[in-house]
Amino acid sequence: MNLLKKLLGWIDTRFPLIATFKEHASEYYAPKNFNFWYFFGGLALLVLVIQILSGIFLTMNYKPDALFAFASVEYIMRDVHWGWLLRYIHSTGASMFFVVVYLHIFRGLMYGSYRNPRELLWIIGMIIYLALMGEAFMGYLLPWGQMSFWGAQVIVNLFSSVPFIGHDLAILIRGDYVVSDTTLNRFFALHVIAIPLILVLIVFAHIVALHEVGSNNPDGIEIKKHKDANGIPLDGIPFFPYMVVKDSVAAVVFLMVFCAIIFFAPDMGGYFLENNNFVPANPMKTPEHIAPVWYFTPYYAILRAVPPIFGSQFPGVAAMGIATVIFFFLPWLDRGKVKSIRYRGLIYKTFLTLFVISFVGLGWLGQMPSTPTYTMIARILAVVYFAFFLLMPWYTKIDKCKPEPDRVTSK
Amino acid sequence: MKAINKKLWILLLLLTAPVMALANESNVHLDKAPVNLKNTASIQRGAILFASRCLACHSASYMRYNRLMDLGMTEAQIKKGLELPEDVKLGTIMQAVMDTNSAKLAFGIAPPDLSVIARSRSADWLYTYMRTFYVDTSHPSGWNNTTFPDVAMPFVLADLQGTQTLQVENKNGHEVKRLVLESPGSMCTAKSAICTDGYDAAIADLINYLVFMSDPSAIVRYNLGYFVLGFLFVLLVLVYALKKEIWKDIH
Amino acid sequence: MTDKVNLKKRRLLIASTAAGGVAAAGAGAPFVLSFMPSERVKAAGAPVEVDLKTLKPGMMISVEWQGKPVWIVHRTKEMLDLLSNHNDKLVDPESSVEQQPKYCTNAYRSIKPEYLVVLGVCTHLGCSPTYRPEVAPTDLGKDWPGGWFCPCHGSRFDLAARVYKGVPAPSNLIVPPHKYLSDTRVLIGDDSKEAA
Repeated sequence: MNLLKKLLGWIDTRFPLIATFKEHASEYYAPKNFNFWYFFGGLALLVLVIQILSGIFLTMNYKPDALFAFASVEYIMRDVHWGWLLRYIHSTGASMFFVVVYLHIFRGLMYGSYRNPRELLWIIGMIIYLALMGEAFMGYLLPWGQMSFWGAQVIVNLFSSVPFIGHDLAILIRGDYVVSDTTLNRFFALHVIAIPLILVLIVFAHIVALHEVGSNNPDGIEIKKHKDANGIPLDGIPFFPYMVVKDSVAAVVFLMVFCAIIFFAPDMGGYFLENNNFVPANPMKTPEHIAPVWYFTPYYAILRAVPPIFGSQFPGVAAMGIATVIFFFLPWLDRGKVKSIRYRGLIYKTFLTLFVISFVGLGWLGQMPSTPTYTMIARILAVVYFAFFLLMPWYTKIDKCKPEPDRVTSK
Repeated sequence: MKAINKKLWILLLLLTAPVMALANESNVHLDKAPVNLKNTASIQRGAILFASRCLACHSASYMRYNRLMDLGMTEAQIKKGLELPEDVKLGTIMQAVMDTNSAKLAFGIAPPDLSVIARSRSADWLYTYMRTFYVDTSHPSGWNNTTFPDVAMPFVLADLQGTQTLQVENKNGHEVKRLVLESPGSMCTAKSAICTDGYDAAIADLINYLVFMSDPSAIVRYNLGYFVLGFLFVLLVLVYALKKEIWKDIH
Repeated sequence: MTDKVNLKKRRLLIASTAAGGVAAAGAGAPFVLSFMPSERVKAAGAPVEVDLKTLKPGMMISVEWQGKPVWIVHRTKEMLDLLSNHNDKLVDPESSVEQQPKYCTNAYRSIKPEYLVVLGVCTHLGCSPTYRPEVAPTDLGKDWPGGWFCPCHGSRFDLAARVYKGVPAPSNLIVPPHKYLSDTRVLIGDDSKEAA
């Protein structure tokens, strides 16, 4: 024990170990009224670790070559010891990452977590979300099945609708006239090192920013307003051990769901692993029905909902781009007097509900074949989607808010 | 609480939305394949049928023969059951007898690899497909299929099922297509009637095997899954008790 | 009172940490085990069958087993006679170190005296020595009775693949498990009793 203390002392004179632990764990105060929705940030971090670990081990047997990629995935699934587990962890993790991140973002919308002083925290989070989409998109090409190939083909071709430079831009991305071995090889490099590196760095920045401003909470009020004589927030509790142990419970529950999927339904009925992706990529034959993976379908539906203008697909592509980027502006679009949905009026609650319905509805439509009826519904939902953001300055201002409490409330 | 209920409802919606929508929008009616991976005897029978009939033209190039040992077969049983030559190594993959080029010449298209066919096509589709071949003299192969119209594959199991023809009737202005068994195959068990019961059972075995082959980990997975979830549940109880204990003084 | 509470907390802490540790170890095991030779590697390293009918006396063939060269030498009567003349120059003339299966622990280090089956990997640092069957060549000296010479660090082995004294290699070359399926068909990599 004494030796351990000496070692700690030795390290601490050379590295701020104890100070860091104090600042970010044992003396970092989180609001004590955290509810269910506050688990998902920690869980997203857990999935990031899971994805990086399983990904590293997959690269040891995967071959980024159009001739061998599909076979190497089956090789992992069959011939590598426990390879099936590694692969299912990674494929399930990809989808679960988005489940967790979408719930995390929704939490932010409900409790106004993007508002002053957390604007930058929110922006960094949105950058993570965009990077994550890029990461998922590139990773999805790697199994080199039909959906991998045609999904990448369609998405990359979106760029060719950009006026003037589009055609060359698409070729630049692919490195070829169609998605090919070259594309696979560079997507592999981007997927396994470039984007993960960026992700880890901005996730780190996200946490640093969070710890600077402190967490929001379901009441949307600042716990730093009321401090005791020692400067400790009255409604705050130390992250360690309280939040650590609480998040551990959530982590175990999450892992149970995660493992249930891995062991009993790794394809999730064709949503996590699509049936057509078990056919090797064939540049000569498009599958009858292609749709992106479920987490991209809301944006895909928006893309298809916008009619071409002057024969150009660009407006649809632009709408899809704006639909993702518009989240960045939330801190300045929201002019409500309160942050949390608990004290907002009926108007905001209605708009948020409509937004969720439009997001889920668009997600559902995005993986259905487009028919005139579906396109019509998609257009309505896309309008609702954008209305949530664009009308926000107006409806948050006129909304009848309830008075915020002075201290956090617990139930 | 009302607010909580609403949140849970939204959460449920978010979680189930992707699952609610149907992945299979095929307009052909598919029969339900009686897949049961616990029935290893059925999978073994399917493997034998697969090796004797399918492997002539189709490869299963991600499947090694010794993988059948997962079903409890010994090396000797695999060699005997699948009628493999004595000197074949069981670590080799299931390679078609016919090479791809001659198959392409014969059928106009290379017969697809069947390793993961049950994952791309679904068990129900395969189960229906293998039972809906009918005689069609207008086709180069002499056969056609209601599940997969104009399929290039000739019906190589006709001796087992018997021959079917397609009858088109006009019912109230609707065209109703129906397959009629003209002559019974060798697998019909009823002496007096024309039937396909034995054939249907054999195809069920075959599909069972194809499902097994498409993801051999499934057998291990299910058993391990219960154990893992059980262990995590114990962990949950412990961690939850610890959380309760530590949080005692907060309120 | 506080003692009691702390005790409960401590027990729970130990129990959940232990269970969490087991879970982590259990989750880690598949990752580590994925490093083991895969089924494809095992299939490629499966026992190799060799027909010796065409192997003329004095000749050596090299076959691949588990990615390594396995030599089979058809030793002539003269070669076999010369084996017993230089025991004093060898490190382990009696093959007492277990570099061969039990059934090859004899003067010829083989099942049948005329056929030597040996792994062509130098026991020093893994190079593959050169076959030098000729007697007394100029470069290897006049008492060279035929054998192998390792080009990497000069280790020498006789025609029973036994190592000479004073060379870097510490032990005789390894005789892999093998068995005869018939008079001239040998199976390398498998010496189990039951039929293959």
